[in-house]
Amino acid sequence: MRSVGFDPSSDYPLGSRRPDLVTTPGGVRLDGVTLDALRAGRLSGEDVRATPETLRRQAEVARAAGREQLAANFERAAELAAIPAEVILDVYTALRPHRSTAAELEDWAERLEREHGAPRCARFVREARAASLERGLLAHGQRR
Amino acid sequence: MSRQRSKRFLAREERELRREVLIAPRPDLGLVAMNGPGDPEPELEVDRGRVVALDGRREREFDVIDHFLVRHGLDLEVAAEVAALDDLELARRLVDVDVPRGQLVRLSRGLTPARLARVVSLLDPVEMMFALKKLRARRRPANQAHVTNLKENPALLAADAAEAAARGFAEVETTVGVSRYAPLNAIAILVGSQTGRPGVMTQCAVEERRNLQLAIQGLVTYAETLSVYGTEPVFVDGDDTPWSKAFLASAYASRGVKVRFTSGGGSEALMGHAEGCSMLYLEARCLSLIRAAGSQGVQNGAISCVALVLSVPGGVREILAENLLAAWLDLEVASGNDAIASHSPIRRTAKLMGQFLPGTDFVTSGYSIMPRRDNTFGGGNYDADDLDEWLTLQRDWQVDAGIEPAGEDEVVALREKAARAIQAVFEGLHFPPITDEEVAAATFGYESGDVPDRDRAADVQAADRVLAERIGGLDVARELDRRGFGDVAEAVIGIQRQRVSADYLQTSAIIGRDGTIEAAVNDPNDYTGPGSGYRLEGERWSMLQSLPYELDVQDLLDGQALAGDSLVVEAGEAHAGGPEDEVVIAVGPAFGDGLVATIGGLPHDDVLRALLDGVREGGARPRLVRIRRASDVAFIGHDGALLSGSGVAVGLQSKGTAVIHRGDLQPLDNLELFGMAPLYTLDSYRAIGHNAAGYALGRSVGPVPTTLDNFARAKVIVKTTLLHARETAACVPGAPPVELRLS
Repeated sequence: MRSVGFDPSSDYPLGSRRPDLVTTPGGVRLDGVTLDALRAGRLSGEDVRATPETLRRQAEVARAAGREQLAANFERAAELAAIPAEVILDVYTALRPHRSTAAELEDWAERLEREHGAPRCARFVREARAASLERGLLAHGQRR
Repeated sequence: MSRQRSKRFLAREERELRREVLIAPRPDLGLVAMNGPGDPEPELEVDRGRVVALDGRREREFDVIDHFLVRHGLDLEVAAEVAALDDLELARRLVDVDVPRGQLVRLSRGLTPARLARVVSLLDPVEMMFALKKLRARRRPANQAHVTNLKENPALLAADAAEAAARGFAEVETTVGVSRYAPLNAIAILVGSQTGRPGVMTQCAVEERRNLQLAIQGLVTYAETLSVYGTEPVFVDGDDTPWSKAFLASAYASRGVKVRFTSGGGSEALMGHAEGCSMLYLEARCLSLIRAAGSQGVQNGAISCVALVLSVPGGVREILAENLLAAWLDLEVASGNDAIASHSPIRRTAKLMGQFLPGTDFVTSGYSIMPRRDNTFGGGNYDADDLDEWLTLQRDWQVDAGIEPAGEDEVVALREKAARAIQAVFEGLHFPPITDEEVAAATFGYESGDVPDRDRAADVQAADRVLAERIGGLDVARELDRRGFGDVAEAVIGIQRQRVSADYLQTSAIIGRDGTIEAAVNDPNDYTGPGSGYRLEGERWSMLQSLPYELDVQDLLDGQALAGDSLVVEAGEAHAGGPEDEVVIAVGPAFGDGLVATIGGLPHDDVLRALLDGVREGGARPRLVRIRRASDVAFIGHDGALLSGSGVAVGLQSKGTAVIHRGDLQPLDNLELFGMAPLYTLDSYRAIGHNAAGYALGRSVGPVPTTLDNFARAKVIVKTTLLHARETAACVPGAPPVELRLS
């Protein structure tokens, strides 16, 4: 995603150079994250984290600086930002050695793709599935 | 068979160094630093855009690391370009100031692990340091602190975090003895660090699930717990694959956690599966993987295996090569120096110089801000007791290694404020109270042994509440604000604001006091030789050189102020010729006047009386004169001897250095020289007078017994210089000597 008016090679740090582009998931502007807002009850815990859009902008910044893999990481992170932590940790566990069968990993890939709108993460899980199959790192009994 | 042992060999066996184990390389076990006989030849074979061979393995033999690297870790276009360059050419470019960092980083994207290891191994240590200086990602080096204590006392954690922050550490890491404590420790260092300096980033090294939860609640901002290894069996024993680790890194980033992987030489050997490869080659595989996984950085340089790497030849050089490789791969480097490397302070510091002098993104991956015993990371290569040494080394080399001086009053005030702040937060959240005694002990104590015990069961319950009730950074800020810590609350909110913009996720990012981000993106290392890059100068240099224990020159001259009249009275020009039993006591130009005591603090009039008594007791007749034309003890003594009826004189500088001289000797020769002025007592001067009389009367004289302190020079050379400068300033060129008497 390329945002209008956003130049990843000169707009970093977003917090100081482009605060206009940064909001919380609840839509609070960056300069609205203040002690006064907290006192007034206008902030909640959910409000103080990066949105998927902000993470994608950070990916653009990384890519513009020549850091392709860091950008890819931030793009996966952008997909994960909206996914509940419990689901993320389950996927992580499923990716660890000897935890999942090939079919289980494929299931995760499909869920990431369809339920969570996370195609990059899905592709990543499928890669892991192929490599684990190749190296005998699937749940026991799942060797090629 | 008994043999006689050399006492010198025996003495060396008792040194700290000999408590450690040095071994000859065992490449089969991975116990070889670099260029191991089992390391593969660099190789990269590409067939229609697909890597079919990598560093000695065909595609079907690829392990899980190779699979990950060929998918994410190699730029095949650049690979074709670097294939045309030989290793030496690449190595030379690393140390060529005219080849900028960006070009070298680009070339690294096409190099296989075996090639990376081979190229850096062509550099000697100084070349490696130079290349590291050039390749560091962030312009300015920084440092990370470790903050823990054996009792997991929150007031002490907060106070230590505050001190670390005030001393300029950009990051503060804690861990736990009991894992359920993690939320409390995280809150304590968050509050403490923001009290010391807003913007310091914090982490709590615990199991990943717990860590992620702390991040979600806004209690920590970075993690460096993601360990990777260079062989598949060790990777799998670590219960991960490259994909699971990379996924975890994305998970952390999605929750606003800056991620730094961990790797380091020796870990594969320690875990029994080095596959016959050298430490550096396996680390090159780790680092290639870390970049491929999309981590912004790494903590490496043997880390917890440092003592194992140091057991083999070239170990320290290998560690420096690891740091260099990481920087070449465009990773932020937290360069170890945290775990205890050696029993020997000499060896520890010699190793440190490899990172300290070039500067890395974090010179240590954890400087123990508290005494070693409280470091639950397992020691700490440098700790609270070493702070003044570290600061002095920075001052010696004019090098910024990320620690700032802080005076006792400032530190004590901040420690107390941080302990009070966490006390307030505990009260506000209805956690087990922190007593005033704990606050006082955290403020003034040496270590957790000085701090009262807490009800640990109750603390653990409070820690569980943090997770169950999702108590987060905002709640902490609210309680601080309600209880009069508005500025700390602002700082905690500032950290939450940083989580929203997520700028600190980028390579080498640290946060300044005012919230400004300093990262490789907006503040990259622009070193291209002399006159460029980060240099310690200007205000920062003034700050790092003005240490609290730097002395005022005036204080060194304490006790040299003349209280009333001069101690001696001048009585006209002195002439040669006197009785044959005469011994001249010749003093320097400032004696008893501009200066009134020796460097050892003996009053000049007492010294003179002792000398006079000594001469008389020896049977000779003393005469006092002042030499005005010279401040050097040899000339003072020799000029005196030329005046003396016996030809013998005692020369005495104001600082107490003395000589027994005789007129027929060359000025720089003497009968006896007494150069250890700080060690002398009045009895020494009496004995000097006595001996001088003996020489004058032609008796056979044994030298005055003197003691030797080899550190005397180091201790007093500055004061010596100041006193001598004053004596020299009192010289009057060509002025004749004058008679003198005690007033």
